[in-house]
Amino acid sequence: MHVQPILAALRRHKAGTVLIALQIALTLAIVCNALFIIHQRLAHLSEPTGIDEANLFVIESQWAGDLSNQQVDSQIQSDLAALRQLPGVSDAAPSNSYPLRGGGWDDFIMMTPEQKEKTTDASVYLSDEHLLDTLGVKLIAGRNFRPDEIEPMGVREDKMPSVAIVTKALADKLYPDGSALGKTFYSMSPRPITIIGIIERLQRQEVDTWSRDYVYQDMLWPRRLDTQWGTYYIVRAKPGQLAAAMRESRKALIAQNRMRIIDPDDGVLSFAEIRHRAYDSDRGMAILMGIICAVLLVITGAGIVGLTSFWVGQRRKQIGIRRALGATRHDILGYFLAENLLIGLAGVLIGIVLAVAINLWMIMHVEMARLPLWYVLASVVALLLLGQGAALAPALRASRVSPVVATRTV
Amino acid sequence: MFAYYFDLALRSLKRNPALTTLMVIAIGFGVAASMITYSVFRAVSGDPIPDKSARLFTPQIDSWGPGQNLQGEPPSALNYVDAMALMRAHIAKRQTLLYPVSLPVLPGGNRSLPVKANGYAVGGDFFPMFEVPLLYGSGWNVAQDEARASVVVLGEEFNRKQFGGANSVGREINIGGHDYRIVGVTRHWNPVPRFYELFGSSGFEQPADFYLPFTRALDLRIDTAGNNSCRGTIKISGWDDWLHSNCVWIEPWVELDSANDVARYRSFLEAYSADQQRSGRFAWAPNVRLRNVTQWLEYMKVVPPESRISLLVSVGFLVICLVNTVGLLLAKFMRRAGEIGVRRALGASRREIYLQFLMEAATVGLLGGVLGLLLTAAGISGVGLLFRPEIARLAHVDLVLVAMTLGVAVAATVVAAFYPTWRAAQVQPAWHLKTN
Repeated sequence: MHVQPILAALRRHKAGTVLIALQIALTLAIVCNALFIIHQRLAHLSEPTGIDEANLFVIESQWAGDLSNQQVDSQIQSDLAALRQLPGVSDAAPSNSYPLRGGGWDDFIMMTPEQKEKTTDASVYLSDEHLLDTLGVKLIAGRNFRPDEIEPMGVREDKMPSVAIVTKALADKLYPDGSALGKTFYSMSPRPITIIGIIERLQRQEVDTWSRDYVYQDMLWPRRLDTQWGTYYIVRAKPGQLAAAMRESRKALIAQNRMRIIDPDDGVLSFAEIRHRAYDSDRGMAILMGIICAVLLVITGAGIVGLTSFWVGQRRKQIGIRRALGATRHDILGYFLAENLLIGLAGVLIGIVLAVAINLWMIMHVEMARLPLWYVLASVVALLLLGQGAALAPALRASRVSPVVATRTV
Repeated sequence: MFAYYFDLALRSLKRNPALTTLMVIAIGFGVAASMITYSVFRAVSGDPIPDKSARLFTPQIDSWGPGQNLQGEPPSALNYVDAMALMRAHIAKRQTLLYPVSLPVLPGGNRSLPVKANGYAVGGDFFPMFEVPLLYGSGWNVAQDEARASVVVLGEEFNRKQFGGANSVGREINIGGHDYRIVGVTRHWNPVPRFYELFGSSGFEQPADFYLPFTRALDLRIDTAGNNSCRGTIKISGWDDWLHSNCVWIEPWVELDSANDVARYRSFLEAYSADQQRSGRFAWAPNVRLRNVTQWLEYMKVVPPESRISLLVSVGFLVICLVNTVGLLLAKFMRRAGEIGVRRALGASRREIYLQFLMEAATVGLLGGVLGLLLTAAGISGVGLLFRPEIARLAHVDLVLVAMTLGVAVAATVVAAFYPTWRAAQVQPAWHLKTN
């Protein structure tokens, strides 16, 4: 295959050549970045939480009226007793929050009380000795809370615990040599907290960009948080009884005390629903980018079919002459595919530059990671194949032009 | 003349249905993607209070100091001590402090169960400052602020739920276990984004249910339902300790009408911080900000990155669709070189060739626009799949969007047709008459 005659022909079709190359370049740039966004979002939303999501649900119970901390605490205890007795319920725990809630209490962690800059940041979960069993998280070192360690705590009461259970991620961050168990840290307080247990994995309350540096870093305090506002109950249903347990729980709490608010729409949420809500913008971005990529590839492919067909139509006479002079069908097919490949190569070269430029712009303006090289290479291969596929039908039609055409004047 | 060209355009488009369909689909999808993402973007990036966004300011004071502040920026809210000092100084024409509260409303009327209500603790200046429209009654005045009055202003939607939409001014309502006298009911009021409360909220919530006096809320020790952010080692036992801690949770707003007032307020903030440094409360030089609504929305990054990225990608998509259209129109027009030659030979001027082909392009654009409109309407009803619910509900089709969809489709296609049309008009009649 000689490239020279192809280039000579393309020089006579500058506009069409430039348009196809430009379209391939722009498509490459957009598809490459869109696929990367899809990959990032999917990776984000498929991060495990470390808990038994299939059987978990959360009840948000708000108090009606102005209750004292003591009244709140005894109400929480009777609510828990009622929940734990339900036939469909395996266990239940009180909490100030739950994984993927979208925000909540987090504390800076220091290694000494004098330290000014934080060592790291951790989500704070306040609960009792039932939390580990309820969530279904695995204790990999140390022990669970003892019932006598659990105390009630008001919002602004100075009742910081002296012991805590932490996640492995937090333990490793504070003591990278793996010796965290039994050691201490400071949580924005002058008094140390001793690590008595380490759990394998537990997701934070929020999955926002700012918390990426502190992912899976949590601490559990042996405290029931009593607030004027209300509380969360994390409930684990017996396998296969989630829906029934959710219905029963709402009824049981209302029966316990009517002066509470459990929102009819989102007062009782299954963990599947919580996960769905936590990642809705990630999922939405992935869907949108997916649709745009698919439509874009179809339109670019169709555009190449259109322009190549036009060229074939324009050059029927030349094709006939070449055939009459001895070119085989194979030669004609090869000519048009090679022509498309040349334009495609020019397009992807510009496209690579554009793709990297867009990626750099996004890194500067909208929190984005660096585009990995293999994404660019995969997109290059995909677009060259798309070009060849799109040019195939018109090229086959060209190869079927009869040599007799050369002898006609029209 | 136009009718004739339009007729020619339709005939020509019918001759290559595949090519025409391809162009119409490309433009339809390109325009629809851009319009759907634009409808979300315009909602989240709009000016919530256009006639006052340059005159309402939120002061920030660095009460955390280097190493603890937000990479050099002061915290995005005030602690109680600084907030009260700003109010006492009263440098601005109007001023208010505010924080969000979430409280139960006890059974009453035909309800047997309590309901949750979300509102704000605000100063009396809140209503005139933010031009809150009132349906019944009015806000409360500064004297009532100082008297720590048990009064409340309800939102229109909440008043409808509680009192069936009747004029409830003068009646009592029990919120959070305490009785309040209703002094006013607002008309539907929900500035988007909710510029005045961005500390710990996205700015896209449902309208507030009620507004009660800041001073009264403090007396009742009503907790903030928003963010509370502290630094360093803290020892808090009880409400008063918390008020005097470095925890920030109060959002201050002031109205400053002239550049002079702004300069005066800025120097007041500097002087206040310098005083705090002299008295030993701050161990650092004054670090203050005074941002107006526009600057505040920008600084707090209210527009979600998803909205920006999707708009950019969609516009890129439209550009590719247009490049595609340029190529297809070029192929379509140049295939008719013979026809153009004959028309030119029979006396048609270049201008008439231009008109004919641009008309054809505009027809394609119009068809693309109609398809785009259908796709946009379908897309906006499914926008809940793409964005968070509180953002998705802001997207809607209105006359402006319909006009924009059609306008962008036609204009973009006509622009795309300039080069192919120019090539068509360059056709030499003699050459084509000879060879054919």
